Order: sequence, then structure tokens, then C-alpha cells
Amino acid sequence: MAKPLMINRRRFLQTTAMGAALGVAGTSLPLRRAFAADLTIGFIYVGPKDDYGYNQAHAEGAATLKAMEGVTLVEEENVPETVDVQKTMESMINLDGARLLFPTSFGYFDPHMLAMAAKFPEVQFRHCGGLWTEGKHPKNTGSYFGYIGQGQYLNGIAAGHATKSKKIGFVAAKPIPQVLQNVNSFLLGARSVDPAITCQVIFTGEWSLAVKEAEATNALIDQGVDVVTCHVDSPKVVVETAAGRGAYVCGYHANQAPLAPEKYLTGAEWNWANVYKMYVTKLMAGETLPNFTRGGLSDGFVKMSALGPAVGEAARKQFEGTLAEIMKGGFAVFKGPLKDNKGNVVATAGQSFVETAIELESMGYLVEGVLGSTS
Amino acid sequence: MEPVDIGLWGVPLAILGGAIRVSTPFIFVSLGETITERSGRINLGLEGILVFGAMAAYAIAVMTGSPWLGVLGAAGTGAVFGLFHGWICKFPKVNDIAIGIALMLFGSGLAFFFGKPFIQPSAPDLPAISLGWWSDIPQVQAALSVNVLFLIGAALAFALWWAFRHTRAGLIVRVVGDSSDAARAMGLNPDTVRLLATAVGGAFAAVGGAYLSLYYPGSWNEGISSGQGLMAVALVIFARWNPLGCFAAALLFGGAGALGPALQSVGVTQGYYLFYAAPYILTLAIMVATSSPGRSLAGAPGELSITK
Repeated sequence: MAKPLMINRRRFLQTTAMGAALGVAGTSLPLRRAFAADLTIGFIYVGPKDDYGYNQAHAEGAATLKAMEGVTLVEEENVPETVDVQKTMESMINLDGARLLFPTSFGYFDPHMLAMAAKFPEVQFRHCGGLWTEGKHPKNTGSYFGYIGQGQYLNGIAAGHATKSKKIGFVAAKPIPQVLQNVNSFLLGARSVDPAITCQVIFTGEWSLAVKEAEATNALIDQGVDVVTCHVDSPKVVVETAAGRGAYVCGYHANQAPLAPEKYLTGAEWNWANVYKMYVTKLMAGETLPNFTRGGLSDGFVKMSALGPAVGEAARKQFEGTLAEIMKGGFAVFKGPLKDNKGNVVATAGQSFVETAIELESMGYLVEGVLGSTS
Repeated sequence: MEPVDIGLWGVPLAILGGAIRVSTPFIFVSLGETITERSGRINLGLEGILVFGAMAAYAIAVMTGSPWLGVLGAAGTGAVFGLFHGWICKFPKVNDIAIGIALMLFGSGLAFFFGKPFIQPSAPDLPAISLGWWSDIPQVQAALSVNVLFLIGAALAFALWWAFRHTRAGLIVRVVGDSSDAARAMGLNPDTVRLLATAVGGAFAAVGGAYLSLYYPGSWNEGISSGQGLMAVALVIFARWNPLGCFAAALLFGGAGALGPALQSVGVTQGYYLFYAAPYILTLAIMVATSSPGRSLAGAPGELSITK
């Protein structure tokens, strides 16, 4: 009865030998061939790539590479920020012959991507959001990010005009510099409309916790907040919950207007296609890739969603005026005199941090007017 | 309607609202697991069934436009998963806990696989009944907008509590769970009873998942459950296999889960990670307080593999 399952020793040796041979061929062939015209690129996402958020923004950028001649794309979704991502990178390099990897989530950088970069010096790694430092991190790694705080500043302008209660709200994942910068920019944008506005922030502690995000949105609205934005991986739940309770929403990461067409004011979206195309063009032309890439609205790294139907004339005017100002480059959202919400001075009068200021990437405070704390 | 400034009242209101909004999946999963465990089997796979139920309900609701068909469909898939678990565990020397863990991974993986195309579309939500008509404060009305599934869950908890004591079916499940030998002597087939109990438990868990994807938070994605199915299984032990206890424990858990965001919204912002741990600290504290070296796990069915 158990006969079909029996495998004799010779058969076993044959198949495993064949498998091993295939495995060796699989690892060596593409690597050798990759140095010819074609290029395999690996993208790694922490969540699903159609999440109306962070991962979707990256996946949309990656999808534009498919049109390029000689480019092969390998993608993997839902890879945790653990040793799993190292295995994923290793298999993309060894089995698919990837020569350029984009591990897109914040937690992939240290130690996972750095470990793989040391192991595979011939492969290029570019990480989204990490702070690459000359001399500290390997030459075959690098980081890219956008000044999306500018987008949250513009969100804040739209929110400042829309709020009646003078309370706006922010559902944030973790108190890391990028998130804090967005919270602060959102409030400063709103305060450019009315200095009496306050912004309540709630940290959920994780990038993706649907139930907690919904609870946080409800808690904000219970306290009278009437415009909500967020920095979590998938803003879908926040947008739908807030709009369901009658509050206005500003989007983040990608365009969420279809989820709340009436209540959506505008949104800060990533525009990764330009960045990815730049890397790939350079690599195929045999040039060295930049290690540290940054850009904002004026560089085409970030874009704004179209203004929604609830945005009034005054708001539209200020929004478009500020956007034009930002597009010229050198716009400073953070300028003194500015205090944090514990009363410490973070910028003296006359001091200003333009978008490129590296200090902004290690921001650890919430500005005056933000109700909340980082720990 | 203009929102009213409710200040610190926001905290008790959020706990009440959270207890109603967040508890429903816990209620269904823990009631389902109570039935299964009372029959003498542990199904740890309910987390996977919950996730698959959430996906199936959402997908069916998107395709048919009817959330209720989604709930029914989810219950059906949950029952199939339960039957699968029950059928495998019927074989001698099969460990039900190991099968449960396998089923948890299998259910989640299958849900991710089939659920891919349904992350983007929006499904119709389950209806809610407004019990806050007596108040003109919009926050109170929002907190008391109660989903029908919550009411069904509450009714089921009472019905099960009564049924375990006063009906023949309840007696059969209890006898099988307490002593296979006694059940056989009564002419019952323990395996059949357990098979059905696991199927019903699976159907309940899948309905819990349907609540997640079709009402609160009301969308399908792969991180929707964040371990709620597993916590609900633990709640059953916490509730001492008593359906009413499950209902109370689920409410407690939902309310405690709302504490973290609510406290931050009223300005208590220090140490929010600690507040997020509140439900678990509460569980630990009650478990420690109610356990005693003299009578361990009172109420545990005698045939459970963990107590045997």
C-alpha cells in the first residue's frame, strides 16, 4: 500500500544530485549573464503592495521600470523586518541574480541590509529612509528619501482652512524622525493659516495595526478634532474611519481620494518612479550610483493629490501660492523662533532649516502646538 | 451636528465604545473555542480561520454586494476548516495542538493568497443599530452605534450558557469533553461529537473575522487580525470555559484596548506603550489572582490534552 511513496536510495541520490546541479547552475548563470546588457532588480516590501499606502507608492514606482529595456523585476511582499529580509535578499541575489536591491522598509536597514551588503560587495543596495553616512556604511549601500514633510505642510494649510474646531489630528505609527517631522510640518502648515490651531497626535506603536488605528481616529474625533491625517503604512483605515465620522482627511503615501471623495482635502504622495529610473539608468550606463539621494516636491520625489471639492477659494489660493514657493527650492518649514512642546528652543529667531538641512533627519521633538509626547 | 467638548469624559466613553466595537471578534472566537474545548479538543487554528473568514467575507461582499452573504459565506468556510481539524484529529496519536498551529499558518497563508485582489476594492459594511438616540452628544451616539453582530454575539453567549446546562446537546458535548469512556458507555461517539463541535467553533471564529473586515475597522488587508484569534483562545482559559465569562472577558479586553488611544487624546501622553500593554497586564493580574495551588484550572474539561 505504501509502495508509491517508497523512494529507493539510487533514485534519491539521482534526484538530489540533479537538484543540486540545477541549483548551482541557477546561482552562477544569471550572475555571469547579468553583467551583459540586462539587469535584475529586487524590490522588498513590508506589506501588501496594493495597500493604498507606503508599499503601494513603492510598487507603483517599481512598476514603471518594467517598461525599460533589459530590466527584470523581482518583488516580494510582506517581508518582516527580521532575519527574514536577509533570506529574501540572499535568495534574490543567488537565485534571481539581482544586482540592485531596494529593501524599502525602515527597519530593513540596520542590521539586515548592512549584513547582506558586507556579504555581497558586488551587489548594490539602496534603502528607503535610512541615514547613510560616509565612512560608517559600506560603499555599495546607500539611501534615498523625499522631503515629504513639505507635503504635510501643504496638507496642514488645507487642514487649517477646513477646521472649525481649531483642532486637527494625526495618527502616527512610531516616534521616529521622519514621522515627527511630518507631525510638526502638518501643524506648522495649519498655523500658517491660524496660529491658534493645535494638533493632537496619537502614536499606535506599529506601522500597521488596523484596529488600533481605527480606535485612535475615533478617539481624536471624540475630542473635537475635525481634520485628520496620518503616517502609518496603510492610511485606508484612518481615511475611511475619519470620513465615516464626518471629519475631513488629508492623505499620505498615495492618493486615497477614491476612499473618501467628499472629505478628502489633499494628500502628500510619493513619486518614486523618477528615483528608481535614475538609479537604473545610471547602473545600466555603468556609472557609479549615488549613496545619498534626497529630493522634495521640486525634484519630483513628492507630489500632491489634486485638491478635493471641500477646499475653498482662500485655501486654494494659499495652497497654490505656497506650492509655487516650494517649487522654487530652498523653502524652510522649520524656522525660528520655534519651541518644542516642552518649552525648549529648537530654532532661534532668524535661524531656519531648509529642506536639505541634515538636522531635520534626526528630529526628536514635537513643536509647540502639538499635543502629544514622543515616548 | 456640532461636536461637543467632552474633555476627560472621552476616556470612559472610549472604553465603553471600544468595548462594544473591538470586542465582537473576541466574543465569537472565544465562544467558538469554548464549544470546541468543552467537547475535549483544542483548536489553536482559530487565528487562521479568523483571517480566512475576514478575507472570505470581504471577497463575497465585494462580489455580491451583500455583507450578510459575506458573513454566511465566512461561516461556511470556517466550518470547513473546523471539519478538517476535527477529521485529522480523529486519527489515533494525532496532537490537536500541533494540527491547530498548522491550520493557523495554513488558513492565514491561504487567505493572503486568495485575498490579494480584494485589498483595494471597498466592500459594503454591515449595518449598525443606533442605541444613542437619547443623547444629543454626537460622541455618545457614535460610541453607542452597535453592530448587529455584537448583539448576536451577546445573545449567543447567554444561549450557550443556558444550552450547556439545560439541553441534551449541551449535556452530550460536556460528557464527551469530560470523559470519553462515559460518553461511549452512553452510546455516544466522541469523535463525531468533537468533529461537529470543532466545525461549529470554526464557523464562529470565521464570523468574528467577518466582523473585522466588514465592520470595524472595515477593510481587508493582511495585517487585519494582529493576533486577535490567538488572544481569544487564551480568553477561553481566562473565562474558565464559561460562555458568559467569555463575553465579559471580551468586553474587558475591548475596553482595555481602547484605553491607550483615548488617554493620548486627552493629554496623558507619557508611556503609551505601557497603556497598550493594559489588556495583557490585566489578563495576567486576573489569572494570578484567581489561580490557587489547591484547585488548578477549575472548570477545565477532563479530556483536554493540556489537562490530561
